[in-house]
Amino acid sequence: MTTLLRTRELGKRYRRRWALRDCTLDIPAGRIVGLVGPNGAGKSTLLNIAAGQLAPSAGSIEVLGGHPASGPAQLAKVGFVAQDTPAYAALTVADHLRLGARLNPRWDAAAARNRIERVGLDPAQRTGTLSGGQRAQLALTLGVAKRPELLILDEPVAAVDPLARREFLQGLMEAAAEYELSVLLSSHLVTDVERVCDYLVVLVDSHVRVAGDVDELLSSHHRLTGPRRDPGTLPAGQHVVSVSHTERQTTLLLRAESPIHDPAWTVSRVGLEDLVLAYLSPPTAAGRPALEVLR
Amino acid sequence: MIEFHLDARSGVSPYLQLVRQVRQALRLGLLREGDQLPTVKDVVARLAINPNTVLKAYRELEHEGLIAARPGVGTFVTRTLSDASLAAHGHLRHELRRWLSRARQAGLDDESIEALFMTTFRAAAEEDIA
Repeated sequence: MTTLLRTRELGKRYRRRWALRDCTLDIPAGRIVGLVGPNGAGKSTLLNIAAGQLAPSAGSIEVLGGHPASGPAQLAKVGFVAQDTPAYAALTVADHLRLGARLNPRWDAAAARNRIERVGLDPAQRTGTLSGGQRAQLALTLGVAKRPELLILDEPVAAVDPLARREFLQGLMEAAAEYELSVLLSSHLVTDVERVCDYLVVLVDSHVRVAGDVDELLSSHHRLTGPRRDPGTLPAGQHVVSVSHTERQTTLLLRAESPIHDPAWTVSRVGLEDLVLAYLSPPTAAGRPALEVLR
Repeated sequence: MIEFHLDARSGVSPYLQLVRQVRQALRLGLLREGDQLPTVKDVVARLAINPNTVLKAYRELEHEGLIAARPGVGTFVTRTLSDASLAAHGHLRHELRRWLSRARQAGLDDESIEALFMTTFRAAAEEDIA
C-alpha cells in the first residue's frame, strides 16, 4: 500500500459541462495533500469522487489501492467531511457520536468522547445551535473516530474565524500524527495549505495545473528579473509560468529542472503563495505553461 | 522543555526553523544533555503544522548527533553545544557592544549596521570555504 490517490485521465461531466477533466495524479500515502483552486475549478468534484460519493464519467481512480465506491471495506478506510461540515441540526452532539458508533465498524468511542470533552463541546447540545467552529470540530471528531486511513475534507474551515481555524488545524495535525492519517483537503487559503500540507495540487478550470511535493515545487520554481527579453528564447527545461514586462525589464516566474546560470537574470526564491497565484492566473501569451505533473 | 514557534514570514522553511531553535537553545544552555524534546504529536498540536515537518527536523538533529529517539519513551538531547563556547559569550558580547557604539558614533543607522555585519559575515564565510 503505497498510493494515497492514483488517477488516470479522470473526468466528470454534468450534461455538456466537464467539472473535471484529464485529471492524472500519483500521490504517495502518508501525505497531507492540499487541493487549491478558484471556486468551480473542480475541487469538490474530485474529492467527492475520491470519497465514493460521485461516479466519474471518464478515466480511472484508485484510493489507497481500491476503487472508491467498491464496498464497506473501502468506505471504512476513507473518512469524508463534506463542505461546510454539515451536521443533523435536530440531533445532539451525543446523538452524532452514537450514529458514528453504529455506522462505522472501526469506531473509536473513547477517542471521540475525549476529543468532544477537550474541545469543550456539550454532548447534550443540539448541533443546530453550534457555531461554525464548533460544528467543524464535531465533524473532525467524527472523521477521526471513524479511524480511517485517509481523511478527505472539503473546505473544512472556509467559513470559520481565524482562531477556530487554527484550533481545527491543530486538531487535524494532531490526529494525523497520532494515527498516521493521510489527509486530502481543499482550501482557498494558501497560508493554511503552506502550514499543514506537504503535497500540493492546483486545479484551474477543471484541469490540474500543477501537482507535486511542496519542497520540490519550491526548489524548482524561481523568480527571474532582468533586461527585457522574449521568453521564447529561454533554454530547454525552463517552463514559464507567468511573465510580465515593463519597457526595459522582464520578470518571469518559471519552473526549471536545473539551476539557472544565465548572468543576465537576478534569480530569487518564490514563496508558495506567489507560486500558487502564478498558476491560478490565466495562461500567458508566452506559450503553453507547464501543464504536466511534477514528480 | 523547549517550546517551538514559527515565523511564517521569515522565508526560512518551517523544518529549518525548528532545527535552528533547538540548536539555539543548546547553544544558550536552555537545553542540556538528557532533556526531553516535545513529541511530534505535541509539536503539531501546538503549531498546527505537518507532522512530516517535525519528523524531518528531528531526523536532521539526530543525524547531527544532537538528539536521539528512544522508542516508546521520547526524544532526548544527547549533546550540548554550549560547553566552552558559552564562557566566551560575555567577552565577545562586550566587544560587540563597543563595536556597535563606535559604528553609531561613525553615523551608521540600524540598517547600515546590519548590512555591514551581514556582508562581512558572508564574505568571511566565503573566504573560509575557498
